[in-house]
Amino acid sequence: MTFASILIQLLNGLAAASSLFLVSAGLSLIFGVTRIVNFAHGSLYMLGLYAAYSLIELLGRTPLGFWSAVVLASIAVGLVGAAIEVVVLRRIYRAPELFQLLATFAVVLVIKDAALFAWGAEDLVGPRAPGLGEAVQIMGKRIPVYDLLLIAAGPLVLGIMWLLLARTRWGALVRAATQDREMVGALGVDQAKLFTSVFFVGALLAGLGGALQIPREPANLDLDLSVIADAFVVTVVGGLGSLGGAFLAAILIGVAKAFCIGIGTVHVFGFEIIFSKLVMVVEFVIMGVVLVLRPYGLLGKKPALQRAIGDILPPLTSPRWQVAVAWIVLFLLIPLFADRYVVVLMTDIACFALFAASLHFIMGPAGMVSFGHAAYFGLGAYAAALLFKRAGLPMEAALLLAPFCAGLFALVYGWFCVRLSGVYLAMLTLAFAQISWSVVFQWDALTGGSNGLVGIWPSAWLAGKSAYYYMTLALCGAGIALLWRVLFSPFGYALRAGRDSPLRAEAIGIDLRSFQWAAFALVGGLAGLAGAVFAFSKGSISPSAVSIAQSTDGLVMVLLGGVETLTGPVVGAAIFTWLRDEVARRTEFWRAVLGLTILAIVLLFPQGLVGGLKALANRWREARA
Amino acid sequence: MNAVLQVEGLHKAFGGVQAVADVSFAVSAGELLALIGPNGAGKSTCFNMLNGQLAPDAGVVRLDGKDIVGLTPRAIWRRGVGRTFQITATFASLSVRENVQMALYSHAGKLRSLLQRFGASFGVEADALLDQVGMLDQADRICGVLAYGDLKRVELAMALANRPRLLLMDEPTAGMAPKERVALMALTARLARAQKIAVLFTEHDMDVVFGQADRIIVLDRGRLIAGGIPEDVRTNPDVRAVYLGGTH
Ligand SMILES: Nc1ncnc2c1ncn2[C@@H]1O[C@H](COP(=O)(O)OP(=O)(O)O)[C@@H](O)[C@H]1O
Ligand SMILES: [Mg+2]
Repeated sequence: MTFASILIQLLNGLAAASSLFLVSAGLSLIFGVTRIVNFAHGSLYMLGLYAAYSLIELLGRTPLGFWSAVVLASIAVGLVGAAIEVVVLRRIYRAPELFQLLATFAVVLVIKDAALFAWGAEDLVGPRAPGLGEAVQIMGKRIPVYDLLLIAAGPLVLGIMWLLLARTRWGALVRAATQDREMVGALGVDQAKLFTSVFFVGALLAGLGGALQIPREPANLDLDLSVIADAFVVTVVGGLGSLGGAFLAAILIGVAKAFCIGIGTVHVFGFEIIFSKLVMVVEFVIMGVVLVLRPYGLLGKKPALQRAIGDILPPLTSPRWQVAVAWIVLFLLIPLFADRYVVVLMTDIACFALFAASLHFIMGPAGMVSFGHAAYFGLGAYAAALLFKRAGLPMEAALLLAPFCAGLFALVYGWFCVRLSGVYLAMLTLAFAQISWSVVFQWDALTGGSNGLVGIWPSAWLAGKSAYYYMTLALCGAGIALLWRVLFSPFGYALRAGRDSPLRAEAIGIDLRSFQWAAFALVGGLAGLAGAVFAFSKGSISPSAVSIAQSTDGLVMVLLGGVETLTGPVVGAAIFTWLRDEVARRTEFWRAVLGLTILAIVLLFPQGLVGGLKALANRWREARA
Repeated sequence: MNAVLQVEGLHKAFGGVQAVADVSFAVSAGELLALIGPNGAGKSTCFNMLNGQLAPDAGVVRLDGKDIVGLTPRAIWRRGVGRTFQITATFASLSVRENVQMALYSHAGKLRSLLQRFGASFGVEADALLDQVGMLDQADRICGVLAYGDLKRVELAMALANRPRLLLMDEPTAGMAPKERVALMALTARLARAQKIAVLFTEHDMDVVFGQADRIIVLDRGRLIAGGIPEDVRTNPDVRAVYLGGTH
């Protein structure tokens, strides 16, 4: 590489970093003040891009039209953010933190379909910035003027934000709330107004980040999740709540990515290293390294003493065996009276029930929220498919070995994850899932790349849908039963103890990390079993099994049913799978229907479905007594 | 007399704040040593260095003659150091009995079982410990709903579960009614003497301190300014100055 081409890559990276910084700054601001991890922040960025596209069409491709469009789009997105806060989140600030997360997932679904409805499924390529379309010559290379402008936008916004935070009353309140949320309530500040304004500003920054990218990147519907993953990484690498850190991290990651693309393919000692394929992974590698070396990010501080460490979960009760037997009998009878369609649906539900139960184990009783649980589900599915197709093992062997492969990955990923806690841990799990996804997605020769693998059918004796259903029921049922059993064992209790008070656990000799690590491997293996069974039931497997969307589906299932009960996640999985199936057959906009349903449930039953229904039943019983 | 705990030249600074400076003392088996001093004097910091939560900048901590600096809280607990915290730390979603059982399981090294049912063992032992601290009647309640004073008692029962050589109690009676305070520390003193446990505790209630402690050491801004039997400390002019906001 010549010096000139290095310079070009650097400038390219810096231009990309600006938008990344804007989104992350908004995310960080909102988290700092409200303690809400806004999963919909990527969706707001996406809306910014779409809105800018339409506004430019409307106002004309003139410099005035372009810049007015960028400003108006940002403000519009800011208003959407404020609306989300007022309509949804304000009602559930008292609910468990995880439930707020669920609400933001629902918003992601709704915004995605709203965008699909308004702008269609095609990518929309925006115009060049009028008047800035030409390039300048730097060391013999052509650099678009617009990129230089973008590079300046990052520090400019950083400066403005800094002034706002340091010099205004609003900024003082934001800083106070970031340090100690309760204190602001105690000072008699109108918390509702503060939160709404923070959402407005945070969303505006995301919208601006999106709108500014319109000349460089087409608007498309996949941006929401890919941008939120990037923004998580930047926020965590920089340190939650640190604007300067986010800026630094955005530059680091933007430049690293640009270099990977710029370097292309190099040959070292006879090996071919395709750097351009590392683009999707490099930021997560950076994040992994930073978190291991500096667990609270580059400029982050160890979170100040938190008064309420999570929510006190009620004790678990095991389901009554009479009830369990009744359900099992019902499940066994289903193929006798139901049609093929129902049997296939029930097979899906059983797979996802185990997936959700394993996620519940780790995020509820073990207290480690995973944003990337699909990694183990997907890797289990791929392991089964590869052992079957590439290694030529019989289906039965592939099915039984796959969970161990997934468990092995969980062991490796978990080793890093248990060193962190809280949001940092959650985001690291997401990072590992994303690394897994991009490797699966890009390794054409082994995994079939984006097409995945086909022809993964079960052996003859399981070829019938009913036979396969019974096997699924047996394996997934056994998996769920094992998880429940372990929860009441000394090991499971030690995990719960560690979640309640890591300090006390350590002070009575419990090596919490090793327990948590083992828990990771256990749930990873069982999620892998679910994935393997799923792969053979479909006959094919694609990277979507490892995707963020699959991870968030799992979270929605668990949170929908409620983390507080054992049966909650299973019920959540059943309802989610059934609802998605039902709605998807009727309308293209199934996500929106699902999202709105979730929002309705969140607002009506802030303890999850099963918890909410139990509370209702209790009230009814009391009323009768 | 053989010291169970021997501390020499302990130092800890946070940024510019010298939280603990050149602190040395010793506690023997069956002895109650009170560490007193105004808020921010460095008492909790001292405790955290003794049980391995914080690494001292300098100094030696010997338990039964062996240096324990650098060990994890876990390892130090295994050597027989029980601890209660200034801000209680119990397992809020478990019952009182299960909290104590957790300590007993851990002591017996039986937490790694996946298929047994937790709670099947050590019920009797847990109840005996709870009886000692007067919490048996609340054994089935969830810790999350207990009154603060009761949590302190649960902590004491948990700390006693591994038959400790040394008990570290950071403000064990904060949040309790005055009568209860004296009762709890009198109980601790009885147990300590009977089981030959060395006890180091901090306390703000002077009735408790002067009524129960065998010896008292006084910390001010990280330094030990006095030490000795209660009578001597009570009449020490430096101590009076610190407590009455004297001439500093
Ligand atoms: N983790 C910490 N970081 C920075 N300063 C600390 C920390 N812990 C304690 N300090 C400071 O050290 C001094 C002693 O605190 P502490 O040991 O809690 O006092 P005490 O328990 O006697 O009230 C105080 O000035 C306190 O602010
Ligand atoms: Mg203290």
